[in-house]
Amino acid sequence: MANVPEDLHYSKDHEWLRVDGDEAIIGITDYAQNSLGDVVYVELPKAGEEFSGSESFGSVESVKAVSEVFTPVSGLVTKINESLADEPEKVNTDPYGEGWMVRLRMSNPGEVDSLLSAAEYEDFTKAESE
Amino acid sequence: MVDFGGWDMPVQYPAGTIEEHLRTRTHAGLFDVSHMGEIDVRGSDAFAFVNRLTSNDVTKLVDGQAQYSALTTPAGTVIDDLLVYRLSADHLLLVVNAGTSDKDWEWIKSHHSSESVELRNASADYCQLALQGPDAESILQPLTDVPLSEIKYYHFRPGTVDGVSGIVSRTGYTGEDGFEVYAPADRAEQLWNKILDAGNTSAHTGVLPCGLSARNTLRLEAGMALYGHEIDETTTLLEANLGWICKLDKGDFIGREALAQQKEAGIKRRLVGFEVTERGIARDEQVVLVGDEKVGKVTSGSPAPFLKKNIGMAYVPIEHASVGQEIRIDVRGRLVGAQIVKTPFYKRNK
Repeated sequence: MANVPEDLHYSKDHEWLRVDGDEAIIGITDYAQNSLGDVVYVELPKAGEEFSGSESFGSVESVKAVSEVFTPVSGLVTKINESLADEPEKVNTDPYGEGWMVRLRMSNPGEVDSLLSAAEYEDFTKAESE
Repeated sequence: MVDFGGWDMPVQYPAGTIEEHLRTRTHAGLFDVSHMGEIDVRGSDAFAFVNRLTSNDVTKLVDGQAQYSALTTPAGTVIDDLLVYRLSADHLLLVVNAGTSDKDWEWIKSHHSSESVELRNASADYCQLALQGPDAESILQPLTDVPLSEIKYYHFRPGTVDGVSGIVSRTGYTGEDGFEVYAPADRAEQLWNKILDAGNTSAHTGVLPCGLSARNTLRLEAGMALYGHEIDETTTLLEANLGWICKLDKGDFIGREALAQQKEAGIKRRLVGFEVTERGIARDEQVVLVGDEKVGKVTSGSPAPFLKKNIGMAYVPIEHASVGQEIRIDVRGRLVGAQIVKTPFYKRNK
C-alpha cells in the first residue's frame, strides 16, 4: 500500500506539495515512484524560472520510461534539489523527504485549496489502479 | 503488465529492472519467453524450403545445432529474425518473434508448394523458459538428464527437465551463458516454479524472475538487434551489421540478389552503437544529428544498468558511422552529446 502522509496536498498528476509559509516544496508521491520503478535520472528547472499551475517543470526517468512532472501551483523556483543529479534513487527511497524536487514561491497560495487531500488522493489512486 | 504481440507480459517483477538485469549478469535470471512462435518444418524438402526463405545456410547445421538467421524480403530487408533448430535430417524448428509470428506463418505458407514439406504452426504447443547468467548451468543441471557441459553454444539436446520432455538449448538473448528450455505449454508453471526453487537454495544466490524491461536492457548491452527497432522491412541485413548471416554463395534465396547488389555497391547507412557523453538518456525514435544536420534516428536507447552508462543504437549515414564520431541526440528538444562506440557494449568474460 502506498504511503500518503496526512499533512500534504496532492495533484492528480501524482505530485505532492508541502506548504512552508509562502513557499511550496514539491515532489512525486510514493504511488508515483512505485509505478515508475527505479529512478535513474531527474531533470529539474533552474532557480528563478517561473511556472504556472499544471505546467511541466521537468522529468523523471526510470530504465523503461520518461514521466513529466508538473507544478501543482503557480510560482517561481527558489531552490532545486541538486543532490538528485547524482542520487536520483532518493526519489524511490524517500519520496516525501530527501527525494523532494523543487521549492516554489507561490504566486497564488489560494491554488493550494484546489488540490487533493490525503484521503482524496488515496481514493483517486485506488480508482486509477482498478 | 503490458500487451506484447498479443501476450500479457510483465515489464518487471517486484525486484525491478535494474536488480533483474544485474542478477542475470552476476548470477542468473529466469525469463518466461513462451510468447516466441514456433514453426515446425518437416519432410525431404524441408531444408531446401527453409534455405530459400532464410539468409543463413541451413545445410551447414548438424543434428542438435541451431543458427541465427532471418526471413528476408526480395529487397533484402527483414521480415523477421529467427533461430533455426535442426532436429534431424528432415526436420527443422523455426523460432520466431511473437509480434511477427502470424505474418511469418502467412509468408512461409505462401511459399509452400512442395508436397515433400509439411508445415505446422506449433506456437501454442510450446512454452519457452530462458535461464540466463553465469550460474545457469549449475542451477539447471540437477533438474535435467541432459549433460549440460557437453552442449556447446548454439547447440541443443532433447531431454527431460523435472521429468518433462523437451529441448534444452544453449542459446539466449542476454549476452550471458545460459539455456532456453522448450517444453509442452501446459508444463510452463511447473518448470518455472521448479527452476526458481532450484535457483534459490543455499547453493545459489537467488535466481530472479525477469521481465521484458530487463530482457531489453540485457540484449541492448549485448548489442543484439530487436525486431521492430534495429531491423524491420525497411532495413537490410547488411545495414544492420548482419552480413554474417547472409550466405550469398549458398545458392538462391529470397533477397539474395538485392543483398549481393548492395554489397557490391556499398551500403549508404549503417547501424551503430553510441554512448551518451553528457547528462541525459537517449530514447527510441529520437533524432540523431551530426553538427546541425539531422542524419538518423535512435532505434533503441536506454540506461545500461550493468555498464552504468546511457547507450543506444541508431542508423547513421556511412560517412558518419566510424567509431569515435561525435553525434548529438535530440532528447525532447535538448541536444545531448554522444559518441559512436564499438558494439557489443558488453562482452562477458569467457
